[in-house]
Amino acid sequence: MRFILRAVLLLVLLALVLSLPSFASSYYLGLVIKIMIYALFALSLQLLVGCTGLVSLGHSAFFGIAAYFVTLLSPESGAGNMLWLLPGAMLAAMGYAVVTGALALRTKGIYFIMVTLAFAQMAYYVFHDTALGGGTDGIYLYFRPEIRLGDWVVLNIDNQFVFYVFTLACLLLTWAFLALLMRSRFGAALTGIRVNEQRMRAAGFSTFKYKLIAYVIGCGLAGVAGFLYAAKDGYVNPELLAWEQSGLVLLMVILGGMGRLWGAVLGAVALTLLQELFQSHALFGEFASRWHLTFGLAIIALVAVLPQGLAGLPEQLRNRRRSKSISPASAQ
Amino acid sequence: MDPAILLIQCLNAVQYGLLLFLVASGLTLIFGIMGIINLAHGSFYMIGAYMAFALQPLVAQYLGGGFVITVLVCVVLATVLGYFLEWAFYSYLYTREHLQQVLMTYGLILVFEELRSIIVGNDVHGVPVPSWLNGSVALGDVMTYPVYRLFISAVCILIALLMFWVLNRTRLGMMIRAGASNREMINSLGIDINRLFRIVFAIGVALAALAGAIAAPVSSVYPGMGNAVLIICFVVVVIGGIGSIKGAFLAAMLVGFVDTFGQVFFPAAAGVMVYLLMAAILLFKPEGLFKH
Repeated sequence: MRFILRAVLLLVLLALVLSLPSFASSYYLGLVIKIMIYALFALSLQLLVGCTGLVSLGHSAFFGIAAYFVTLLSPESGAGNMLWLLPGAMLAAMGYAVVTGALALRTKGIYFIMVTLAFAQMAYYVFHDTALGGGTDGIYLYFRPEIRLGDWVVLNIDNQFVFYVFTLACLLLTWAFLALLMRSRFGAALTGIRVNEQRMRAAGFSTFKYKLIAYVIGCGLAGVAGFLYAAKDGYVNPELLAWEQSGLVLLMVILGGMGRLWGAVLGAVALTLLQELFQSHALFGEFASRWHLTFGLAIIALVAVLPQGLAGLPEQLRNRRRSKSISPASAQ
Repeated sequence: MDPAILLIQCLNAVQYGLLLFLVASGLTLIFGIMGIINLAHGSFYMIGAYMAFALQPLVAQYLGGGFVITVLVCVVLATVLGYFLEWAFYSYLYTREHLQQVLMTYGLILVFEELRSIIVGNDVHGVPVPSWLNGSVALGDVMTYPVYRLFISAVCILIALLMFWVLNRTRLGMMIRAGASNREMINSLGIDINRLFRIVFAIGVALAALAGAIAAPVSSVYPGMGNAVLIICFVVVVIGGIGSIKGAFLAAMLVGFVDTFGQVFFPAAAGVMVYLLMAAILLFKPEGLFKH
């Protein structure tokens, strides 16, 4: 019963998402594309934070490195070929992840948070202070990459609708990949590491290797999000690698709910929509330009009422109802 | 390198390091004792600096003016603010996970920044150096060094000594040190941990605001100044070892020197140097120089 309900719900959602371009304006289509890119980004972080217990505050580095990779290596006079640009962007992100991950994984807890932040800041300053990527001004990507085999253009994503479908496909593929990964033996080992690393080591798992592989995969997927972001806006600047960006995507994961893949997606949707909502002049009038204030207060309120994130809300409600029905006096 | 220039750079490094120590010591105490990751700590530095700017005319009108009085008013107001914030927001975070704290204090940063923008605006403002500190001392034949920067270092050293005295020689310091090493134990020994937390938090906020207020005439006040200082202070706290004042002091001086001389010798890679230092130290000492 529950399975059927879920399947129907998913199908309805998919139909809605697919039919969206037919009735939404290009502004809202752009917004949905942005949400999907952030959802992919948050999913890649969920693998580290929620699934493996590696809280990284430097995830934007991989997002930004991939975005810069595409922008720097695309030809200026025509579209680049996605067939090597996308894997290349992922490999660039993963390369940085292998080096920094191997070093950062020697530390734990809050120290791990800070080391990942430090490595991200290093990448940030490389793009910020050197002429490599145009310094603080950033650089433009003039043509979205296309899939090309020889002279045959298989897929051109210049059209917004095509780009929308392409982004959606990337998101769903990533989601499916991570869901399968977490069901595999490898995923079970990651869960074990999150719950009790000591015990996993005692059981004979080389936890360092598992953590490093998970870290590199997560960073590679963040690279996909960075690739899409560069293709969407056609513009990259060092702020893509700033710690505020890492903070934002971490917020999506925490707010959505840790450990559940769809929590990351939910968090990305909720946070992006909240930002959009508080910036709307129609709703908040003069106050819309002061949206940081309302957004900040909303975050504080959400922390206060949702200790387990949005994905934990049903469980939270269930627990409350149960504790009420058992003994009203003992419920707080 | 000319010895006079070297001396100037050393003085700059010491002054920067000491200033970082003021902010980072509060952060490390809050971190070590209350177990709270306070992302909003940089905002308190920003608030201190903006108070020094905004309160100057008011202080001149009602209290007869003077830079020292302005700074004192800032510190008092910041202490009150810290006491209030602990009561209103942070006291709910003790039982929560670290990540929840990150989330809420991130929200607080946004609120503080926007309130700052509403009250004072988004312009960069200079804060005048008080006239009695406006001179400079001669170093060598041609070089001079501003007196005000020496004043900053002197104030910071004074505060640092005061802090060491309070921590090592007073009853409050004893409770704080005990709290840093074992929170549950001192609670069961009959010390009101909630009150202790509130005091520690207020002290931390006051220290950050003091640093902001005395740095304002040198750095001027600008939007985003809090975030810049926050990250570097986290670096200091982590290098020093969480909860260790001694470690924070050493790490702050280290960061001050590396940053200042990095800008002299490797201007292109100046931003990276500090993080490189931190990564290197954590690889050999994964829990900072002075682990608690």
